[in-house]
Amino acid sequence: MQNLFLKFGVNLLKLVFLGWLCLIVTPLQAISIKEMRSPGGIEAWLVQDTSVPVISLNFAFKTGGTAYDPKGKGGLARMVAAMLDEGAGPLKSQEFQKQLQDVAARLRFSASTDKFRGSFRTLRANKDEAFQLLGLAMKQPRFDQKAVARIRGQIISRLQQKTKDPDSIAMAAWYREAFPNHPYGNLGDGTVASIKNLKKKDLNEFMRRHVVRNTLSVAVAGDISPVELGQKLDQVFATLPLDGPGGQIMETSAMAAGRTLVIDRAIPQSVVIFGHSGIKRDHPDWYSASVMSRILGGGGFSSRLMEEIREKRGLAYGVYTYLNPYDHAATYMGSVATANARVAESLKVIRHEWRKMADKGVTAEELAAAKTYINGSFPLRLDSTHRIASLLLAVQVNNLGKDYLTKRAGLINAVTLSDIKRVAREILRPGALSVVIVGQPKGIKSVP
Amino acid sequence: MTPLTLRMAFWGPIILGLIFLGGRPSGAVFNPESFMLKNGMQVVVIPNRRAPVVFHMVWYKTGAADEPQGKSGIAHLFEHLMFKGTKSVPPGEFSRTIARHGGRDNAFTSQDYTAYFQIVARDKLDLVMRLEADRMQNLVLTDNEVLPERDVVLEERRSRTDNNPASQLWEATRAALFLNHPYKNPVIGWKHEIERLGTRDALEFYRRYYVPNNAILIVAGDVNAKELKPLAEKIYGVIPPGEKILRTRIKEPPQIASRRVELFSGRVGQPSISQTFLAPSYATAEGGSAYALLVLAEIFGGSTTAKLYRSLVVDQEIASSASAWFSPDSLDYGTFVVSASPRPGVLIEKVEMALQAAIIKLLKDGVSEEELKRAVSSMVASSVYARDSLSAAPNIFGQALSTGRTILDVESWPDRIKRVTVDDVNAAARAILRSESSVTAILRRKQKSADE
Repeated sequence: MQNLFLKFGVNLLKLVFLGWLCLIVTPLQAISIKEMRSPGGIEAWLVQDTSVPVISLNFAFKTGGTAYDPKGKGGLARMVAAMLDEGAGPLKSQEFQKQLQDVAARLRFSASTDKFRGSFRTLRANKDEAFQLLGLAMKQPRFDQKAVARIRGQIISRLQQKTKDPDSIAMAAWYREAFPNHPYGNLGDGTVASIKNLKKKDLNEFMRRHVVRNTLSVAVAGDISPVELGQKLDQVFATLPLDGPGGQIMETSAMAAGRTLVIDRAIPQSVVIFGHSGIKRDHPDWYSASVMSRILGGGGFSSRLMEEIREKRGLAYGVYTYLNPYDHAATYMGSVATANARVAESLKVIRHEWRKMADKGVTAEELAAAKTYINGSFPLRLDSTHRIASLLLAVQVNNLGKDYLTKRAGLINAVTLSDIKRVAREILRPGALSVVIVGQPKGIKSVP
Repeated sequence: MTPLTLRMAFWGPIILGLIFLGGRPSGAVFNPESFMLKNGMQVVVIPNRRAPVVFHMVWYKTGAADEPQGKSGIAHLFEHLMFKGTKSVPPGEFSRTIARHGGRDNAFTSQDYTAYFQIVARDKLDLVMRLEADRMQNLVLTDNEVLPERDVVLEERRSRTDNNPASQLWEATRAALFLNHPYKNPVIGWKHEIERLGTRDALEFYRRYYVPNNAILIVAGDVNAKELKPLAEKIYGVIPPGEKILRTRIKEPPQIASRRVELFSGRVGQPSISQTFLAPSYATAEGGSAYALLVLAEIFGGSTTAKLYRSLVVDQEIASSASAWFSPDSLDYGTFVVSASPRPGVLIEKVEMALQAAIIKLLKDGVSEEELKRAVSSMVASSVYARDSLSAAPNIFGQALSTGRTILDVESWPDRIKRVTVDDVNAAARAILRSESSVTAILRRKQKSADE
């Protein structure tokens, strides 16, 4: 059962995260953001909320995502993320983790495509000890040989699992095809060989390069005052190096060759990923594209694709599309899973809907319903300090501005029928859809 | 880990939040209010004034384990069908209406319960209550709705189970663990039985179980009992009750033979081994033994400093993961699972032996005061985090009340955990960790497979 949920969980988190970015849309009067600067010069956004004695802190460094993994060192960012709670300062791995547990703190690092992130929660009662541990992890990670070997084994295990998992195979293949000569073409897992090649000095070099004050964004929500937080921020971040070499990622765009790739696996249900290039987060048409995507396939039961694929024809449990903006490219993708015999029909329906949207846009009724959903549902998600901190961080790293929360509904409401028609025509190119199918789809062959 | 099947996958994270709290769901003082409607429908309100939002849920005390024999999957298929339409709301319009009002909705099914929920702005509470009450009474089903939805469920089954060897093995494990009890059937149903479910089965299930006296209304958020009561009476209270429903489930015979299931597949990337022990649930455990088993799971395999991880992963360096968990939140039986995956290059037999040795050592040496203290404090802390979200409390109460527990049980959870002693934990371990009432499951990589 655990496996079952993990399998879903992983995919879903990805989808939800992506869906989420396109839904940061609503004024949230209840949330008052304090922009603050610690005595040591660390800037942060804080939403002070004393209703539950919990503090959530989310932070990100602008570089250090998986795309920055050096050649031959694929998997480095993920390895660092997994190693940062494996011992720091005088505390070896087990001792560090015991202390974290004793104060009931939750600490997690992760690498997205572009950024390196941390997420931390503590009870107010234990905040002194908990922040101290976080500070140790940031400043003095040990990267002990034994811990490195252990984590390396875990990463290789996971990688071996992924090489057999149809969803992972499909996603990896899609990105490999879309970005053949660019770091975005690999999803940051590395290979068994590259992971074996990661050494302590690589981890230290990563820290020097990316974990620096100049590229740091911090967001906090919960039961802590600005003065208290200022001290804690200094304790955790103020002694990090001011700057580092970071890295360079070239601007690129997804190859949109309209290819179909079938990866033969003996499974009863084919997993299908389809897509082409999309639209970046800072593009003026972002909001129009978000609304369009919601109507076409953006989650919920009321999208056109869900109606046509699931409700009318019973072809699949779910079908989703999502805008996927990166710092240096963007994709617009979708996924569906259906019995091998029904893949061809499903793709036909999807292509048809793609074209219909590109040709005709949406109806006034659809537009109005999408707007009320996007604006109305957004605050519903912000039901915990962790989620509020995540939102604040997303607003910061996307440079949306502190007034964003109050501007947001207006930006969505300003989207017109002709905006959507124009944007749909620009983004949606049914002939350019690249399709990866993992399974044994009936009557479909790879089309190079 | 109670098996849950969702109407739509997008909600994974919210439900997962509940699952990951797992055996330690509640704890904090949520301070709910509760009352009963005249028709027997229980109401629980958990005021939370953080935002002008409400989380509205209706739980039916009916799940897969209540299905007629040979009709596995009907509880879950029926959950999907509840979105189809009523005399006044056309098919598909339910969710569209919620979305149009800026809300989100979904539903899920487990062995013991089926729940439907919406999250909406406070001023839409009345609307969602009316919609939910409407489909409790006026659902309209024909083959036009049922047959395509049955295909959707078959696809869902392929995604969740048939495409995933670890899920297939888990299904086989449950089927082997329960010799007689209906928990042996998967919540989503066996494929050959789903394929034969029809409109008549759905309607029979509906008439029997979807009655107010078998339902619980739970609302969390910007509302209190005083405000909710008149609404609940007006909207749900007028629905006529159905026949009294007795949940008499058949029992397991004494289990005298350990079982072993193995799945070889070319689709396995990471082999693993688990041993699942038959255990009591919160509802059936004597004294505080369910709480002692939760503490045992935490000490033995609940974290990276737990005995199993330390022994197999850190000290012996033969496993890449090792954990244990206890799932007490069902009406009849719980399960206690220990599980591990070998490090690359290590034989699974070696991990199996180490796992056995760790269990034997646990039974011989028991747990220490220090381990107990650490586990209890970390579990109690988790109940504070549970208060930091709108969705945790209604899910926890719904699960408890539909599996034979009370509001008091949930509210006193931290106290009961604190009351567990070393002797309780050791006694619980000896009572449960018996191989004759367990299934060992091994997921193996098939070497030269056609699809490699």
